[in-house]
Amino acid sequence: MSVTADVAVVGVGPAGLAAAVAAAEAGARVAVVDAGNQPGGQFWRHAPESVREADGHGHHGWSTYLDLRARFDAARGAGRITYLPGLQVWMAERTGLPGSAEFVLRTTAAVASSGAAPATVAADRLVLCPGGYDRQLPVPGWELPGVMAAGGIQAFIKANGVLPGKRFVIAGTGPFLLPVAAGIAEAGGKVLAVLESSSPSAWLPHLGAATGVPEKALEGAEYAAVFAKHRIPYRTRSIVTEVLGPDKAEGVRTAKVDADGRVRPGTEREYADVDVVGFGWGFTPQMELPVALGVETRLDADGSLVGVVDERQQSSVPGLYLAGEVTGVGGATLAVLEGLAAGAAAARPDSHVPVKQPAAIARHRRFARAMHHAHPVPAAWQDWLTPDTTVCRCEEVTAGEITEARDSLGARDIRSLKSFTRAGMGWCQGRVCGFAAGCLGAGPGEMPDAGSLASSAKRPLAAPVGIGELAALDN
Amino acid sequence: MTTQPVTISFDGRPLTAAAGQSVGAALASQGITAWRSTRKGGKPRGLFCGIGVCFDCLVTVDGEPNQRACLVEACEGMEVEGS
Repeated sequence: MSVTADVAVVGVGPAGLAAAVAAAEAGARVAVVDAGNQPGGQFWRHAPESVREADGHGHHGWSTYLDLRARFDAARGAGRITYLPGLQVWMAERTGLPGSAEFVLRTTAAVASSGAAPATVAADRLVLCPGGYDRQLPVPGWELPGVMAAGGIQAFIKANGVLPGKRFVIAGTGPFLLPVAAGIAEAGGKVLAVLESSSPSAWLPHLGAATGVPEKALEGAEYAAVFAKHRIPYRTRSIVTEVLGPDKAEGVRTAKVDADGRVRPGTEREYADVDVVGFGWGFTPQMELPVALGVETRLDADGSLVGVVDERQQSSVPGLYLAGEVTGVGGATLAVLEGLAAGAAAARPDSHVPVKQPAAIARHRRFARAMHHAHPVPAAWQDWLTPDTTVCRCEEVTAGEITEARDSLGARDIRSLKSFTRAGMGWCQGRVCGFAAGCLGAGPGEMPDAGSLASSAKRPLAAPVGIGELAALDN
Repeated sequence: MTTQPVTISFDGRPLTAAAGQSVGAALASQGITAWRSTRKGGKPRGLFCGIGVCFDCLVTVDGEPNQRACLVEACEGMEVEGS
């Protein structure tokens, strides 16, 4: 199937939903490609609508979702939006041909049994809103079954209405750990502890930015109430040093850390009878499509690779707009504002209609920067590893193998480490281990630079695709 | 709206799932946390990222290998196999 449009939007979470609506309402013919089966993305993920009507339980900004969703459905009904769910983009290209569409997207079914027919989408302008996923730092035992990404636990609950286990420990850094733990408790799970590596005092230099977004303080108060109601211990300057097995997660060892993340001797303790451990160290924006299309990138305050955009969300590639986490991890409210700006601009690239709510975008970006500074990846996290700790889960490459390749072969960037050790060469293509491998390659206390992260995000195929679909390409 | 539970099979044994649940959720809520062994170390794996990024939860669905259990919706009569 082939679809042509004025504007193609990839992703239909907060940013993509907003972009699609704004572009369609500005008069563009819009095509929307998304891996999910219904709008919402990860943030507004909900049970299949064929089974259960979504009531917004456990969600934030649900009224925003309902408003955007109604407008999305109306634009579909009016034939302005062609919605292509259940499809993943495996290749995005610029044609560079005068008189033909500037961008071409090749897609494949996210789930083979879904029956979603692969489509080729050609569009003059493209808005990429691929979102992100939990960033991970390995610790001994993190590859055991029962260890999950914190966001994965939340997605599980939102989509399935059940829990992936009974007794949970949530660890990492950032305000996102709070809704994850609150969601578990409200669904009937026992949260034994939330371990936050940073400390509330880390916010003190950033109070100005925090008070600029008062709704975050309200959310915080909601979580505090849930934590109190369910007696969830929130331990700051604390980490999980090891997940205990042997064959699945059964407990964790924890410790207090100093401001750099160094374990303070004598503070170790153990939690037994744990069946799910959730880790989240901020988020990794999904950068493969922006990188494949050649956008200018930069390192954000949290150490993530993100795309550079102007005030209309346009990247360095003319006609290519970015919105949401790929411009800097900043949460759903910011993603919606960016999506609205990107969609409107992509619909009318030559007009100079001013961006709506530029002050709100600026406030949320300041808040995001403050959040990143207050919840950093601990400088000393590499000290938590033992040589035999798995770093690349797919290819089972250990920390020792990676530091050996760094020290004896001079492999410092993620791509060189991949060539020498196979870290990042498996199914996930370094999406999970790339950041951690890049830290190890850069050396103790270091993080990967933009070049190293871009080398990891450069993936010939953005999603696994069948050989038959490759062979069926007509050019 | 279909709210009847569905029955799938996992490695030949019947398993009940709530309508709309993912295969991964159907397995995990029955206490099955691992259904794949790694190629190199033979280590058990199940759900990890939960959103289709990590490919740790791969299963074979109705003969189609390498499907992400966290994304596949459990449907009546579906045959799921670990690997």
